[in-house]
Amino acid sequence: MTEALLAALYIFVIAMFLGFAVITKVPPLLHTPLMSGSNAISGITIIGALIVAGRQEGTLQTILGLIAIILAMINVVGGYLVTDRMLQMFKRKPGEK
Amino acid sequence: MALREVLIALAYMIASACFVIGLMWLQSPRRARAGNMLSALGMLLAIIATLFVSGIKDYSVIIIGMIIGSALGAVMAYTVKMTAMPQMVGLFNGFGGGASALVAAAEFFKYVADPSTLTLDVSISIMLAMIVGSVTLSGSMIAAGKLQGIVNERPITYPFQNIINLIFFLTIVAAGVYLVVNFGHPWVFLYLTVAALVFGVLFTIPIGGADMPVVICFLNALSGVAAAMAGFVIKNNALIIAGSLVGASGIILTQIMCWAMNRPITNVLFGAFGAVTAASSATATATKKTVKPIQPDEAAILLAYAQLVIIVPGYGMAVSQAQHAVRQLADELAKRGVTVKYAIHPVAGRMPGHMNVLLAEANVPYDQLYDMDQINDEFQNADVALIIGANDVVNPAARYDKSSPIYGMPILNADHAKHIIVLKRSMNPGFAGIENELFYNEKTRMLFGDAKESLTKLINEVKNL
Repeated sequence: MTEALLAALYIFVIAMFLGFAVITKVPPLLHTPLMSGSNAISGITIIGALIVAGRQEGTLQTILGLIAIILAMINVVGGYLVTDRMLQMFKRKPGEK
Repeated sequence: MALREVLIALAYMIASACFVIGLMWLQSPRRARAGNMLSALGMLLAIIATLFVSGIKDYSVIIIGMIIGSALGAVMAYTVKMTAMPQMVGLFNGFGGGASALVAAAEFFKYVADPSTLTLDVSISIMLAMIVGSVTLSGSMIAAGKLQGIVNERPITYPFQNIINLIFFLTIVAAGVYLVVNFGHPWVFLYLTVAALVFGVLFTIPIGGADMPVVICFLNALSGVAAAMAGFVIKNNALIIAGSLVGASGIILTQIMCWAMNRPITNVLFGAFGAVTAASSATATATKKTVKPIQPDEAAILLAYAQLVIIVPGYGMAVSQAQHAVRQLADELAKRGVTVKYAIHPVAGRMPGHMNVLLAEANVPYDQLYDMDQINDEFQNADVALIIGANDVVNPAARYDKSSPIYGMPILNADHAKHIIVLKRSMNPGFAGIENELFYNEKTRMLFGDAKESLTKLINEVKNL
């Protein structure tokens, strides 16, 4: 087990706790946009897809990488756009209480 | 470290910060949209930075993939109906998990060709990313299919289901361990992949209907974990951070949904809810009671001369696309001086916040939308509780009937209102097959028919008063 792995585990654990702290405060009103928005964030795996598709280490890897890019991009673009579409609908009419 | 690598690493750090701030801003509806945009900017930055990674030699595949993926994603995002949001999110969960699994697979074959740089933690991460990603992919497809009505929504059960699933799962773990110890063996890897895909299906088919919000949240968490595992594989902190954030979000939402149903997660995932309840509902129907129907004109009078009306929307509203009609009725009532509020149960609909999004789509201001805790004490002051396509979340049996499958589930106190009007298609019990004694309450009147049609009639009647 290397030092780099330990550092990565640190980041993993701390990011989890950060996620718990931030997301518990999101009101139920916005739970659907939260899901679609966090969905888009999980499209971050696009980074890995780009790297494996672009490094030219064999046809199989390139094909796997290409499909990964397509799936991850659907996730990223679709996720952010649909979240934006939802969030712009949430309105509070001024003076109406 | 060359300057280029430092800059790329810094870009990933800024991207991660954007994700965190974006999620923070989701805490209030006013900043939520800006937060989402910030998060998207972070993603754009991460993608651009990745294009400069030194190992990338060929951009043609990248460009093709990005164009196809972006186009498909954009079309889906703009054409999906708000009522279909749960299956859309389910589908996206699956794609994210699938992408992570594919990255792990590509890395696997890279190391098969050249194992010289392989370390133990990478081989473990590859197997984990592959298993979690594949389960997420197939599980999400089934979940989305159920929500779309392509796959039978009722729980599919067979004898010794949990034991068979467990044994099957253990063979996957065994294959994973074998591969970590004896790296290589593409056929074992293929088994691991196919078996994980099949397990995702087996795991999802016994869960249905009202439990779907839990499954969608759980798969959301898994898609994040898969991305984090892929991050361990390619040693990328941005993936680890973003994946953990999503994992945490999915876990929290799963927990909230389970609390809202007062059932432990194990019961939801392994309990095959609908199958269990079929038996107990038989005893409930034994005591036949009568319901009192109401005609739209009479219901309109009750509503129009009320001071406070609380609307309780449920999945039925989504099914009949009635959210706009609900808003129109509320507008007509507001014109007559009636105060209208909406009571949203956490598990109303098929995903967390489903009802809020539908009502927001229909231009209902969000300060009229109340969570269960905010509004439950107000039902006693309400002249009418108008139940639109909701069922289990207003069933008083949850308070005291220990034999009821929903016993202990926190419910909306609709039965405390002076009058209760229930819009319902027919007297068929809801998904879980549980009799709702609220329908037999002496204060309750049933307005039968499609929710949207009934609402249209109500709107006309109120206008004519």
